[in-house]
Amino acid sequence: MKCRKCGDTAALELRRHNAAFCSPHFIEFFQKQVREAIRHYRMLAPDEPVLVAVSGGKDSLALWDVLLEDGYQTAGIYLDLGIFEYSVESKAKCEAFAAARGQKLIVERVTDAVGAPIPEVQKVTRRPTCSACGLSKRYLLNRAALEHGYAVVATGHNLDDEAATLFGSVLHWQMDALPRQSPMLASTHPKLARRVKPLYRLSERETAAYAFLRGIDYIVEECPFSKGATSLAHKDVLNRLEEASPGAKHNFLFGFLEKARPAFEQTARPALQECGVCGQVTTGEICAFCKLSKLVRDRKA
Amino acid sequence: MKVTLRYPKRQVEITGKRRVKELLRELDVIPETVLVIRGSELLTGDTVVGEDDEIELRPVISGGGAG
Repeated sequence: MKCRKCGDTAALELRRHNAAFCSPHFIEFFQKQVREAIRHYRMLAPDEPVLVAVSGGKDSLALWDVLLEDGYQTAGIYLDLGIFEYSVESKAKCEAFAAARGQKLIVERVTDAVGAPIPEVQKVTRRPTCSACGLSKRYLLNRAALEHGYAVVATGHNLDDEAATLFGSVLHWQMDALPRQSPMLASTHPKLARRVKPLYRLSERETAAYAFLRGIDYIVEECPFSKGATSLAHKDVLNRLEEASPGAKHNFLFGFLEKARPAFEQTARPALQECGVCGQVTTGEICAFCKLSKLVRDRKA
Repeated sequence: MKVTLRYPKRQVEITGKRRVKELLRELDVIPETVLVIRGSELLTGDTVVGEDDEIELRPVISGGGAG
């Protein structure tokens, strides 16, 4: 198979684009897609400092790499979830990436904020691990952005992540989740950072290929709690569809963003207020994170 | 050829030449879910791999939050 641009041996075939690229031209294609995402949604101003949420995995480190290549002023933030050897290794990958590029890396420990590491939090809540983990991540990323003076947080969510989330929301017709699904969530309160997903145009395989070809050392092992996660079941269904019909994931997500999402946006937004305990933004009197933290600390007491 | 797979990490020995896409089909791996790596290069589905090759099928699918 030959590169569409130069005719050299291709490194990657992109069936949904009916194209193949050699390594240098794939890297060029990838970076162009990120630029197009940022431009289309006006995610970032050229001189705006960006807080990049990094996990040590391929997506977030690939994102950080592209933003640095394009000259953005960035800092990374790593949330130490306390998930055994997985957290130790993923943190080391982020530290090495940041050190090699002379970038600042902020590290926040979930244990300090919630009162216990994620494996213990799961035992207390008895809900799926990803649920408490996702809640903690959203809360801590926003809090860190405010504390360190960043108006925007960039995450490594890719096309597959977004398509799988959309699939899950549609399966259950989650009318509150659908209008919130977007590559960019604008700040709707002075204490809410803008959240952007500059990789939403790129598949998971493409971000892995980019990380590999750029020589980024990322953690290949999966979080031990992701085994059996619903998001993986949804991704499996979508990848089987993609195999039979290249472009299916892209069409599903982009069709929603361009045609359907505006209709869901018309549903009324809940009023926001500040949490009576921590002062972060919430829809109730006490935010979900403070409730979780209280539950964990009470059980441990 | 030696083929390394993950989750769980294991190695299988395959005899004879074949195209990468045929190898993936035999191992029941959906092409969209892996990178096919030989040394420092990525291989496309039409590449022929043979006896002396060492191939890694590296999963690209992350669960839970964004990687």
